[in-house]
Amino acid sequence: MLRTLKALVYLLTSIALLVSFETSAFAKKSKTLKKTQKMGFVRCGVSQGLPGFSNADASGNWTGVDVDLCRAVAAATLGDSGKVKFFPLSAKERFTALTSGEIDVLSRNTTWTLSRDADIGLTFVGVNFYDGQGFMVRKSSGITSVNQFKAGVSACTNLGTTTELNMRDFFNSKGIKYEPVTFEKADEVVAAYDAGRCDTYTTDKSGLAAQRIKLSKPNDHIVLPETISKEPLGPVVRQGDPVWEDIVRWSLNVMIEAEEYGITSANADSMKSSENPAVKRLVGAEGELGAAFGLDNDWSLRIIKQVGNYGESYKRNIADTGILPDRGPNQLWTKGGILYVPPAR
Amino acid sequence: MNHKIKSIIPQLLTLLFVVAVIGFFTINAQLNMEERGIDFGYGFLNQESSFDVQFSLIEYDGSHSYAKAYLVGLLNTILVSVLGIIFCTIIGVIIGIARLSPNYLIRNTAAWYVEFFRNVPLLLQIFFWYYAALRALPLPENTEPLFGVTYLTVKGYYIPRLIWENFDILIYSILAAIISIVFIRNYARKLQEEKGQQLPVLLISAGLLLVFPAITFVTGMVQLEVALPVLKQLSKTSFIYAEGLSIPPELLALVLALSLYTATFVAECVRAGIQGISKGQKEAAASVGLTPNQILKLVIMPQALRIIIPPTTNQYLNLTKNSSLAAAIAYPDLVLVFAGTALMQTGRAIEIVSITMLTYLTLSLSISVLMNWYNKKIAIKEK
Repeated sequence: MLRTLKALVYLLTSIALLVSFETSAFAKKSKTLKKTQKMGFVRCGVSQGLPGFSNADASGNWTGVDVDLCRAVAAATLGDSGKVKFFPLSAKERFTALTSGEIDVLSRNTTWTLSRDADIGLTFVGVNFYDGQGFMVRKSSGITSVNQFKAGVSACTNLGTTTELNMRDFFNSKGIKYEPVTFEKADEVVAAYDAGRCDTYTTDKSGLAAQRIKLSKPNDHIVLPETISKEPLGPVVRQGDPVWEDIVRWSLNVMIEAEEYGITSANADSMKSSENPAVKRLVGAEGELGAAFGLDNDWSLRIIKQVGNYGESYKRNIADTGILPDRGPNQLWTKGGILYVPPAR
Repeated sequence: MNHKIKSIIPQLLTLLFVVAVIGFFTINAQLNMEERGIDFGYGFLNQESSFDVQFSLIEYDGSHSYAKAYLVGLLNTILVSVLGIIFCTIIGVIIGIARLSPNYLIRNTAAWYVEFFRNVPLLLQIFFWYYAALRALPLPENTEPLFGVTYLTVKGYYIPRLIWENFDILIYSILAAIISIVFIRNYARKLQEEKGQQLPVLLISAGLLLVFPAITFVTGMVQLEVALPVLKQLSKTSFIYAEGLSIPPELLALVLALSLYTATFVAECVRAGIQGISKGQKEAAASVGLTPNQILKLVIMPQALRIIIPPTTNQYLNLTKNSSLAAAIAYPDLVLVFAGTALMQTGRAIEIVSITMLTYLTLSLSISVLMNWYNKKIAIKEK
């Protein structure tokens, strides 16, 4: 009697084990993806208003390259690039919002650094803008280079950013005593600089270019030529969900690779009949790339069709708005820039 | 026995409930942090902070630790609170008494002041002083001197810096003056009680406070040099005042807003206190021949203070807590430096927020203890 019972228990456990292995192999779905599909929208953390990157217009429509990344994730996972809920966050709030689960993607011109990546439960998935920190001054000051700053200079910037740290490194290396004035919101920094509270405004150069437009007389100000730091900006996800991490990473990579192969939102459908297998893979006509994430095979096609490739996004948001017409390092590696992504295959 | 158990059970259940709630939150936080690979600990306090702070009472730069940055923020919070409390008390007492003035103009001006400043949100007032009032100030190069040697500019209020030599001797002389004042007061009280004679205590005290430090100057033990603010050119159109001491506009705006706002409440406390004393007291005092000043000092105020102190303590606590709004205008207080920049650079949200909360709790409790002690001291002593 006891023997048969034991045998029965063994049998049952082994069946149960087998079944659980089987299902886990099939359902390679991430927790975040499941939740996102259940909610019906991607929760995306953006800035409180930085033209070119993430900025809301009067009727609440968000635009920018950071916004486009979120739209790409929505197109891939939900089939509609419009299904994004944006959470405007200050520099101070952003990481807590992500780690506490309030948002699932942070796409908010955030600099990738070792301590952020390794220390506080975050994972950076890539770079969607290569930037560097610069200084803006009044043209009338006659300053044309960072070497002309003198002791006592007051510098306005954002609280809780890498900018705050770079600024110290920079002024220390020059041996200049300076006065840091740090505000939580970018608008407050701009207002303080505009009023003459500070002699210089320092942040990422893209940010300077974008904020300059907000000043009362943009033409009275110049951005100094020197760049004092490396600021690779990119999307961030919470640690602990590798599949979601992959989805966000490859949503970005697909946009960049699509530009490399000349696939645009306009010609994506016709590219299905391309001779090039790499192109065919990107538009979902060959291979089964989506299955690895638990997505269908048209995920990348939807990104390209609904959001466009990286070049289209850059042109629409940053070049045509007059912020930074020259792509600089944010050009494809094939065209002299440093945008280089692993192949989607 | 039965009665005892009955009274204990609800207390035990409450305790259990509180422990369970705290336990749940702790475990929940722990699990979530573990899942996300966030570790917990206070070791970061010893790390190099590597960010600078605009304004600090102690020597600090980015090469110091996060613990020191915490201290910088804490001292700045205490500074703004102490200044705020001093000014709101002065303004509050004046306005409170003015509201009871027989003069129509004074009475109504005070009433309008109270109604206006207490009914506009504090944050808005801070923004007003910082973004509207102080921004209208001239740039350093166009500033006319105020009181001859100080300059109020958009970049701050520049005042002469005092350079002391043997500053400690000056402190000792002031301490000596204070001790002798205590002795004289005791002697004066004795004289009053035994012989009915009065000494001009206030005048003598003021004299002593002046004479003692003055002696140290005259004998050359203590020396004072004054460094006046000097206009310095940073670039073609950018100037500052060097050499002197610079009070940042953020501190000015914050102290202005906090003290003007809290003063309205203090004024109401003062008015309530004075009106709480029955008219008969005043009339009785007048009928024994006390002058109006003596009536206020010897009869009204000692009784009124008992009514004034407890609600005013609340206002002091409010002011201290409200000083955390500093973060909105870049004044580097505890919230901006520690719960702001330090939190961002380390990512240790739970640790830093808990330290900050505990700090405000300690600050508030200290003020409470101090005011309760004072309240007890002036309360009627049953004999």
